[in-house]
Amino acid sequence: MATTHSKAAARLMIAPSVVLLLLWMIVPLGLTIYFSFLKYNLLKPGTEWFGFKNYYYFLTDPSFVEALANTFYLVGGVIFITIVGGVLFGLLLNKDFWGRGIVRLMVIAPFFIMPTVSALVWKNMFMNPVNGLFAYAANLIGAEPIDFLAHFPLASITGIVAWQWLPFATLILLTALQSLDQEQMEAAEMDGASPWSRFWYITLPHLARPITVVILIETIFLLGVFAEILVTTNGGPGAASTTLTYIIYRVARLGFDAGGGAAGGVVAVILANIVAIFLMRMIGKNLDK
Amino acid sequence: MKTIKKNLLATALLSATMATAASAETITVATVNNGDMIRMQGLMADFNAKHPGIDVEWVTLEESVLREKVTTDIATKGGQYDVMTIGTYEVPIWGNNGWLVPLEFDVSYDVDDLLPAIRGGLTVNDNLYAAPFYGESSMVMFREDLMAKAGLEMPKAPSWNFIMKAAKEMTDKDEGIYGACIRGKAHWGENLAFITATANSFGARWFDENWNPQFDSAEWSDTLNFYLNLLNRYGPPGASSNGFNENLALFQQGKCGMWIDATVAASFVTNPKDSTVADKVGFALAPDNGLGKRGNWLWAWSLAIPAGTEKADAAKSFVQWATSKEYLELVASKEGWANVPPGTRTSLYANPEYQKVPFAQMTLDSINAADPQNPTVDPVPYVGVQFVAIPEFQAIGTAVAQEFSAALAGDKTAEEALAAAQALTERAMDKAGY
Amino acid sequence: MARQQTISNKLVWTVLAWILGATIFFPILWTVLTSFKTEAQAISIPPVMFDFDWTFENYETVQERSNYSRHFWNSVVISVGSTLLGLLIAVPAAWAMAFVPGKRTKDVLMWMLSTKMMPAVGVMIPIYLMVQSAGLLDSKTALVIIMMLVNLPIIIWMLYTYFKEIPGDILEAARMDGASLKNEIIYVLTPMAVPGIASTMLLNVILAWNEAFWTLNLTAAKAAPLTAFIASYSSPEGLFYAKLSAASTMAIAPILIMGWFSQKQLVRGLTFGAVK
Repeated sequence: MATTHSKAAARLMIAPSVVLLLLWMIVPLGLTIYFSFLKYNLLKPGTEWFGFKNYYYFLTDPSFVEALANTFYLVGGVIFITIVGGVLFGLLLNKDFWGRGIVRLMVIAPFFIMPTVSALVWKNMFMNPVNGLFAYAANLIGAEPIDFLAHFPLASITGIVAWQWLPFATLILLTALQSLDQEQMEAAEMDGASPWSRFWYITLPHLARPITVVILIETIFLLGVFAEILVTTNGGPGAASTTLTYIIYRVARLGFDAGGGAAGGVVAVILANIVAIFLMRMIGKNLDK
Repeated sequence: MKTIKKNLLATALLSATMATAASAETITVATVNNGDMIRMQGLMADFNAKHPGIDVEWVTLEESVLREKVTTDIATKGGQYDVMTIGTYEVPIWGNNGWLVPLEFDVSYDVDDLLPAIRGGLTVNDNLYAAPFYGESSMVMFREDLMAKAGLEMPKAPSWNFIMKAAKEMTDKDEGIYGACIRGKAHWGENLAFITATANSFGARWFDENWNPQFDSAEWSDTLNFYLNLLNRYGPPGASSNGFNENLALFQQGKCGMWIDATVAASFVTNPKDSTVADKVGFALAPDNGLGKRGNWLWAWSLAIPAGTEKADAAKSFVQWATSKEYLELVASKEGWANVPPGTRTSLYANPEYQKVPFAQMTLDSINAADPQNPTVDPVPYVGVQFVAIPEFQAIGTAVAQEFSAALAGDKTAEEALAAAQALTERAMDKAGY
Repeated sequence: MARQQTISNKLVWTVLAWILGATIFFPILWTVLTSFKTEAQAISIPPVMFDFDWTFENYETVQERSNYSRHFWNSVVISVGSTLLGLLIAVPAAWAMAFVPGKRTKDVLMWMLSTKMMPAVGVMIPIYLMVQSAGLLDSKTALVIIMMLVNLPIIIWMLYTYFKEIPGDILEAARMDGASLKNEIIYVLTPMAVPGIASTMLLNVILAWNEAFWTLNLTAAKAAPLTAFIASYSSPEGLFYAKLSAASTMAIAPILIMGWFSQKQLVRGLTFGAVK
């Protein structure tokens, strides 16, 4: 058991991290809150007090509600695809087959790709309705090429992002599967349990914990997804692929409205924290076992 | 890990050797990744020979990234750049804010040689705040072979009705030929530039004299419906994500009958190295509707020096070199007259060598046909042909551009898109306090 | 696998797994192949897979236009530097949280993770102003610090989950033997923790390498990493697929190769304590 001495030492060891992160959070956040009450456009010299008007305009933005929904669909969609795909791929890669090492290298590769690069490659070389490979494939079977980014913008972006995160989920779930108790599995097989019920009653519960971790980590990163949207659709058409992050970008970086962008930032921080609390509860339950 | 270490070592050695070479004054030039700027980077030996004491660091970025970065930098007095490449949208606003160094050149520069329309757009309170590197308007580029095949002849100054008719006749979707390639990508500098310029020729305007948004007018409805009809019927698939570059690629591959876009594109589509249709391209003025205004815009990518740079003299030497008559001659001697940055100097268009370039006269006529002070039929309180030179415009413009792009993608009707544009513009103008 | 598998079964799994791997990897392979084509071949119909005239001209063009080695070096310094600095701060914290947990340890950890949810765009202007007033715009120093702060929560979390798996008994035994805190760390903990630290490091180098918001917005010329390099190729005029592919390949190859070579170490760290 820990002694008082080691407790004090422990605090000392944690302190730098806590202080740094506290500063990293509080200073920008404090400034952001301050800016959010100012009428402050970078292109116009001078600032003035603006009360809650920045918040008013941000929350009543015509695309705000749609952006919230889009954010939810994007994050949820990617998590869903990566977990279902990750479980399936994990099960497959866990089989005995020739060339495991090479297949594994191929499967993890997308995780190393810069988001900007992957968005550019998908947009131009695959989804482009004239020169893209998908258009070529459609023409080959005599179908009309689909203009993915115009007609399914959010789904297309979800697909691109899911491609990047699938390796992550697959790897974690594969590692978890490798630690599955084989004797239990074989015993169940002897007892005549079908492959499906073996999966449902033994494999899936075993994966609950890694799945939770995947959800947690992916949510943290996916809430900030932005480069993929900027490169492919610019949030459009209309607001069809505008997420919360993207509206803030539009206000703060296209409009150079530092005040409005700050208000958006504060709103996003509040929403992110709600998500965080929810997630932490879930994780806490699952991880404390 | 071993490979990385080797790489690291190799790069470390490389950067060490580079560091010893740099002892002169270094200026940082931020620029857009357009062809003429890239070409300039290949011609730096000439500058270095003339100004051995000045090293130039390039920051070459895609237009939207560039704009964000230089605007943030100048607004916060970041001081990261000594020369910035900016457009006719920024210059009036920045100049008014006192953010730019007024440019005064010696006699050899011949400032009066700059095209008046272009120079006017870069001048605030009689100070020239940016030197034009290349200027552009928009015009019709078309395939002469396909036009002949359709049994039509392009007039020098076509009407929108003719364009619609020609687009119909030229379109052959089975062959992958689309009559009209036009910008649809949602951005104020992409689809909105085209639509706003077109709207001018339809007699529409962004604001009335009291800054009231006008998207609920009949003229705007006519404009947008015409645009949607033209593209939906005779445009390529995926038009709502096509910007300048996408359309350029399509045209170069021979997939377009007509392309209405920047005059600067003329040298790309007639360049046999990149274009499969180089010898079949004709040019015409941007169309009109008989109301006295044509649907062409005016833009100049220009070099400006931020106030507060400590290297203003070196920066000015660079700006002077890059926008001088001698630079035009330098490009001509290395790459031919067709590749000279167009649209900045009267003397260039008087040069008999340059007059042989097929699109020279049409470019000049297009530029002269645009008037940023009186862009449309009715009077307006703003400056700018295809934009409104107020700080709020980028955000408003991008949101409006999204609405129009949604209408093109079929997610909204023209009326819904215009109503949304009207509402969001009113909101933004309210917030800004107009 | 304890059970004997028939050859035909193995064959089926092999085919399926290879189809899966090839599908997922195809976009990257296609990008690399396109980078060796001419612009015309890059968009030719029907597309050509291998049967084309391989050329290096795109790489030459990119090399002429951009100072690749400097962008590369900046990426290395920023990603490795921020990760090392982060580890320096995170290792003690994670150690303390794992072995001397207090009542609020979990809360502190969760709070740390939640700072990662702050949208970068929203706080961009304040941070920019702070970096500017410190005179650190376009410096690798600023980016090393900021990328360290951005990834610190992940580093601490990963290390924490690792350290927790180290059996406490061993530490108890060491303490019984009279080992000091310092010795405990150096001789007992460190050897056990090295694999965890290695994988944490690898993951964070990858994350920092690919981060494209701060690295793009706080740099101009001197400190611009590969993310800025790519931004100058993202929509050049005319036919650009081949050049874009070459630039993309140059931007991703170093980290992809590093990732592949170290995938065993990396995979161990990716479990985030999810596997018991």
